[in-house]
Amino acid sequence: MHRNDFVRQLNSPGGDRRPSRILNIDFPLLFILIALCSIGLAVLYSASAESIFYVKRQATFMLIGLFAMIVIAQFQPRLWERWSILIFLCGLLSLVAVLFFGVGAKGAQRWLDLGVTRFQPSELMKIAVPMALASYLGKRHLPPRFKHVSIAVIATLIPVLLVARQPDLGTSLIIFSSGFFALFLAGLGLRYLIFTALVAIAAIPTMWFYVMLDYQKQRVLTLLSPEQDKLGAGWNIMQSTTAIGSGGLSGKGWTLGTQSQLNFLPESHTDFIIAVLAEEFGLIGVLGMLLLYLLLIGRCMLIALNAQSMFGRIMAGTISLTFFVYIFVNMGMVSGILPVVGAPLPFISYGGTAIVTLFLGFGILMAISTEPKRI
Amino acid sequence: MKDGAAFSDPARERMMFARRLLLTVVGTLLLTAVLIARYFDLQITRYEDFATQSNNNRVLVRPVAPSRGLIYDRNRKLIADNRPSYNLTIVPERSEDLEKLIADLSDIISISERDIERFRKRLKQRRPFEQTSLRFNLSEEERAVLAVNGHRLLGAETSARLKRFYPDGELFAHVLGYVGRINEREIKTLEAIKYSGTDSIGKIGLEKFYEQQLLGEVGSEQVETNALGRVTRVLDKTGAVSGDNLTLYLDSNLQRAGLDAFKGKRGALVAIEIETGGVLAMISAPSYDSNLFVSGISQKNYDSLLYSQDRPLFDRAIRGQYPPGSTIKPMFGLIGLEHNVVTPSYKINDNGYFYFKGIERPWRDHNFARGGHGDGVDLAKAIIESCNIYFYGLGVKTGIDLLSDYGGQFGLGATTGIDLPGEKRGIMPSRAWKKASRGQSWFNGDTINTSIGQGFMLATPLQLAVMSARIASRGKVLSPQLVKAINGEQVPVIQVEQDISISDKHWDYVHSAMKDVVHSSHGTARSINKGLTYKIAGKTGTAQAISIDAEDKYDSTKIAERQWDHALFIAFAPADDPKIAIGLIVENGEHGGSAAAPIARSVMDAYMLSNSSTALAENEEP
Repeated sequence: MHRNDFVRQLNSPGGDRRPSRILNIDFPLLFILIALCSIGLAVLYSASAESIFYVKRQATFMLIGLFAMIVIAQFQPRLWERWSILIFLCGLLSLVAVLFFGVGAKGAQRWLDLGVTRFQPSELMKIAVPMALASYLGKRHLPPRFKHVSIAVIATLIPVLLVARQPDLGTSLIIFSSGFFALFLAGLGLRYLIFTALVAIAAIPTMWFYVMLDYQKQRVLTLLSPEQDKLGAGWNIMQSTTAIGSGGLSGKGWTLGTQSQLNFLPESHTDFIIAVLAEEFGLIGVLGMLLLYLLLIGRCMLIALNAQSMFGRIMAGTISLTFFVYIFVNMGMVSGILPVVGAPLPFISYGGTAIVTLFLGFGILMAISTEPKRI
Repeated sequence: MKDGAAFSDPARERMMFARRLLLTVVGTLLLTAVLIARYFDLQITRYEDFATQSNNNRVLVRPVAPSRGLIYDRNRKLIADNRPSYNLTIVPERSEDLEKLIADLSDIISISERDIERFRKRLKQRRPFEQTSLRFNLSEEERAVLAVNGHRLLGAETSARLKRFYPDGELFAHVLGYVGRINEREIKTLEAIKYSGTDSIGKIGLEKFYEQQLLGEVGSEQVETNALGRVTRVLDKTGAVSGDNLTLYLDSNLQRAGLDAFKGKRGALVAIEIETGGVLAMISAPSYDSNLFVSGISQKNYDSLLYSQDRPLFDRAIRGQYPPGSTIKPMFGLIGLEHNVVTPSYKINDNGYFYFKGIERPWRDHNFARGGHGDGVDLAKAIIESCNIYFYGLGVKTGIDLLSDYGGQFGLGATTGIDLPGEKRGIMPSRAWKKASRGQSWFNGDTINTSIGQGFMLATPLQLAVMSARIASRGKVLSPQLVKAINGEQVPVIQVEQDISISDKHWDYVHSAMKDVVHSSHGTARSINKGLTYKIAGKTGTAQAISIDAEDKYDSTKIAERQWDHALFIAFAPADDPKIAIGLIVENGEHGGSAAAPIARSVMDAYMLSNSSTALAENEEP
């Protein structure tokens, strides 16, 4: 292994001298991220009943995440490619450890207690799975052959099932979709796609009767008819749609949302935070935020298109698509078109681990974006 | 690439990737359009609806409490009922100034500091605009005062809800248990939605054991309120589902007869229907009025129950553990016969002392100390007159392993599996038990103590009744059950294990000896045979509450009453076709025959009487 693999030479003779190349920072990406974080903090302030405590904590995590992102961007993508399988295996091992030694709350076992801090392996897998797949598939001839597809599918399904067992259906779905996107971008054949669609249809009854827990089924039923469960999850959805709808075109104004301020809205600072934004800033606010998200995703896809290696392309593409899944699932569930799974809205919902994980992913994207051109 | 080409084509792969990426861009935009459409629909198209709805959130969803399942005794007599009760509730969001409202309310009705303190605790756990109770059980007068002053008490309301009521007060206190207000510890463990309509939960007894069945399912109603928080109309309603009704094996008449017979005494009695294992009576005396607990017992009342020397709150029937004393003799006799340790013709000479090889100090017969039971004591006589010396020998020869194995089969040393929470297991000692609990090996002296039901041995009154039922039924191993039917559907009889295998002639022999305990002129329970129209088989027992040295004579005049021996009795009737079995103890009652047996007789009389009357009714029917 060469020294250059770890830290790039700052003054490589004849190298690119633009600041983005020297600092290995993709400035458009950075600006959009900072804009999203600022909006997130403003909405969080309102959603947490004007609590400086939450905002400070969240801001701390954002700074940690930003720092981690910049550090990660300093490493060559080649290095991540080489280490990805090892990282994946470590992640898998810690998922198994969670199964036996995990701690948790509310009936779910998701954390490993490391003494100093607690660590959630399923969060790590959100990055480790696409990275391992991108690395594995990037080295093969594309489109991938049956053997390689099979290995990639198995490598995805093991963590998916382990996380679903915790139980954490939201994260498990995210990991599953990241594996699928990696395969799709690698050029998965049409017959596999049709086969996947058929399996998915067949899996619905199996999931219903054998895998899903009662509370998860309840959430699906709630989606179909929220009126049936007015005191439980249906209550949340009824309140969140009321909050969104009453926001109208331009909203009630910052910190003036009656639904959220009067505590009608449950989980208003975590998973349901978009309802606060929609109530206080109206449709204009929602569209503005969506636009920022799309800009971010667009920038990421551009990075994917221009990446120097197949690993970089698949990795960058998968991260941007998974990011969109977060947004779609969260905004869909809060507005009542998807069942309630625990899925935060990226950079806006309160929650430290999720934010740091997101930044780690974008760190790898920056590394890919600033990789010197190969000749 | 079937030929496994060694060349990859980077340019072609890049093109393929670009096409795929383009597809995902299209997908992303389509799904974004779906989101925008949904938010547009909510925020623009249906804006008016939602704006009205959120306007002070006038439309409320309120839980509708289910009515708790009723409990009946075997004769369909209602023993746990629901009655309406009126509470004063507050919705703080509706009041202009909560503190002032509480002060105003205190002026017109009595509200204690404790009420206010509890109210504040409950406030923290509720949802916005949810009613929170400040005072329970409003009297008619208080309701009238509140109604008159209603206009100036914004945010306060009286609400009716159903409250548990036990018509027989103290008759079933320990068995039924009671419901009480949900406390903070319970809130953390229970499912909040299920309990959103109710503020009480089964605390002990059957009310706790069958909580899930009794609770029912909460309903909900969507109501529109005016600006003052008063409900103007109900928009939509999902009805609550009442809890399941329970029918018990318990018989109020037997329960009453037993509790009356215990008057002034402490102890417990359990009566079991032999055919089913159903519990006909279960009494722990003294009892208390379970209605006291339903909407919060006052500290004064609670202290007087808690610190009473008679410990009325203690459920002796399933939690009291006593040495079973001589009541285990019929069982040990059966074991001795079955394993040929003794035969019906085997006799001993009893001079009142039992010497065991190597131990200088003798064991002595405390029950009958005037020089022993004399010559020619066979097993029947040893049971009828309760001769300890005979059983010392029988026990040592049988050995602890067999004794404890059979003891387990007869229901000792393990929970019986009755449908009540908190049952104690008692102790049926064995080598393994002593090693585990005391870290010592088993000695022959331990066997000698065990063979008369003393030493380490402990049993609950319920276990005594179970043992008695298993002797009466010739070894049928049924689990005792309180609930006979749930919502009219019969609960199956629980056969725990296979029958105890002992040959019929031995059952006959022991049954006949037990009958003579009551009906022969030397029987220890002969005092209760006067005027009996049916035959009772039984066995008395006396258990030391304190230990007495072999050389001292037990003299009740020298020791305080609380240290007097416990009196025990097991019995079944009719002796030749057993229907009911009883186990009972009278704390510090001294003699099983004089203190305990008469109580058993009153309960059996009540049973035979009601049984013959139902038999008559059945005969009349065709």
